[in-house]
Amino acid sequence: MSNLGQAVDVAGEKICEPTPSAPVQRKEDSIGFAEAPGLSEGLSGGDVLRAVKSGLSHGGAFLRKNVLNIALSVVSLATGIFLWHFATAYKVDFYINFENIPSPEKVFTAFWTHLGETDFYIHIAVSMQRILIGYITAAVIGILAGVLMGRSKLIRSLIYPYIEVLRPIPAVAWIPLAILMWPTEEASIIYITLLGALFPIVLNTLHGVEQTPEVLVRAAKSLGASRLQIFWHVILPAALPSIAAGLAIGMGVSWFSLLAGEIISGQYGIGYFTWNAYSLINYPDIVVGMLVIGGLGTLSTYAVRLAMQPLLAWQKRAR
Amino acid sequence: MNTQVVSLKEHIPHSSQAMAQKDFGHIVIEDVEIVFGKGATANQAVTKTSLDIKPGEFVCILGPSGCGKSTLLNSIAGYVNPSSGTVFVDGKPVKEPGPDRGMVFQQYSLFPWKTIRDNIAFGPRVAGRTNVECSSIANTFLEMVGLSKFADKYPAELSGGMQQRVGIARALANYPSVLLMDEPFGALDAQTRLMMQENLLSIWSEFGITVVFVTHDVDEAIFLADRVLIMSASPGSVIDDFNVTLPRPRDPAMATGSEFMALKKICLDQIRSESLRAFEQQNR
Repeated sequence: MSNLGQAVDVAGEKICEPTPSAPVQRKEDSIGFAEAPGLSEGLSGGDVLRAVKSGLSHGGAFLRKNVLNIALSVVSLATGIFLWHFATAYKVDFYINFENIPSPEKVFTAFWTHLGETDFYIHIAVSMQRILIGYITAAVIGILAGVLMGRSKLIRSLIYPYIEVLRPIPAVAWIPLAILMWPTEEASIIYITLLGALFPIVLNTLHGVEQTPEVLVRAAKSLGASRLQIFWHVILPAALPSIAAGLAIGMGVSWFSLLAGEIISGQYGIGYFTWNAYSLINYPDIVVGMLVIGGLGTLSTYAVRLAMQPLLAWQKRAR
Repeated sequence: MNTQVVSLKEHIPHSSQAMAQKDFGHIVIEDVEIVFGKGATANQAVTKTSLDIKPGEFVCILGPSGCGKSTLLNSIAGYVNPSSGTVFVDGKPVKEPGPDRGMVFQQYSLFPWKTIRDNIAFGPRVAGRTNVECSSIANTFLEMVGLSKFADKYPAELSGGMQQRVGIARALANYPSVLLMDEPFGALDAQTRLMMQENLLSIWSEFGITVVFVTHDVDEAIFLADRVLIMSASPGSVIDDFNVTLPRPRDPAMATGSEFMALKKICLDQIRSESLRAFEQQNR
């Protein structure tokens, strides 16, 4: 189990969805969570924020909380950009050297210029296509393998060693073999992207299936459900919160692997764009590429979470 | 004869009249012995036991925790296969869990991702009934347990008592011949528990279904049962089997009557001496 735990936060993310193992406790938990003491109370220390809070108190509590969240995030990002600007403008060299780091203005100018070029969009579109193919393949293989492993000790014994051995290998290390293995450059890039997404999805699915409360399986049996019906009505929904977390993490990791994969590419892709900028010593473009990858990664992870939400509505209702 | 009965039942679905016939729900436990593990670590959970539970009878299995009363129940449910002997329900040997034996668990075992309505309709649905049939069965049982207003809620939105009522409704929605209950009210507070007991009795009298109810609560057993089986621990065996002759319908006021008290004293003495013996055995 310990290696499962490590795998789960492979991208530095945690599974925050409650696992279905504790449907009994959820009721009690909800009392604790219902107040959501974290944010609004934590903020009330600052006078400014108290003013903001009171100003917004006319809106619904839900809206107020969200507006505050967004406002906080914007303030935080703005502060970061300002610090970056400050560090580059004054060429801060205090252990970390900002002398040759492009300023936010330069990066933004470069970004703005690229927005007017067709090639930039091709880079992004090509990358997104690779992500889509790699990710969907990984999701299908990962969920299938995870479920089979969770329900069959035999299959688990057969597959698990591969996961153990292959999981720690970084995407970059796969480049030479990927080139040798796959017929086209495109296939090898997609392969590397796929690998990144695969492991978090497999492990989280396995974890979710294992968490299925046995009493629910027994209840379904006594109600006359067949093996297939138990799988469809009990095991899959019980594993779904964990699968959803795996899918979201997998999406992040596949962008993470993309850059490595696109080093192979000789023409297009946002990873290639970044790598190329590095070769040409075009510093602002490197940062543009990095930020585009970060932005697209965030957006697509968010899209995955959003897509899974209707399937997990029962969890929201439970709170 | 028996196969005929079963097929007849299948042809007249969801009519409580069919259930009220006293030919269904005959449980025969024949020389059942249940041993967990093998060799030196083998643990005899239930010694050779034979019982005959009549159709429509309300039987409580009473005993201290760990006496094997749940194991015995699980052998009727089909979750545990006896090491020797056979359990028959309506003449058919029990091999696996099935919809003819409804089960209500101690923990809340509703599907958290299904609404109350869909939880109750689960049995009919996996049996391949149409949507119309499923929803009409669900409505019938929602009404029976007084939860029609909560049909579209999820289990976690309901209190513990309500969840167990849904659990009972879900088990009954298959029109089983036997209802098996494993300390179903154990996790509820005393007030809710009393309400649930009365509720269960009225449902039982309506259905005329055989109920096997496992509990460690003496008052609960006497209040509910036609017949109480007292089990002793390690190894689990039935040490007493008596009828409760209190009139029906039962009234909570009976719990202070002399007949109730006399029965309670017998139970408590039996359980106390058994618990002491088990306790000494554990500390040896």
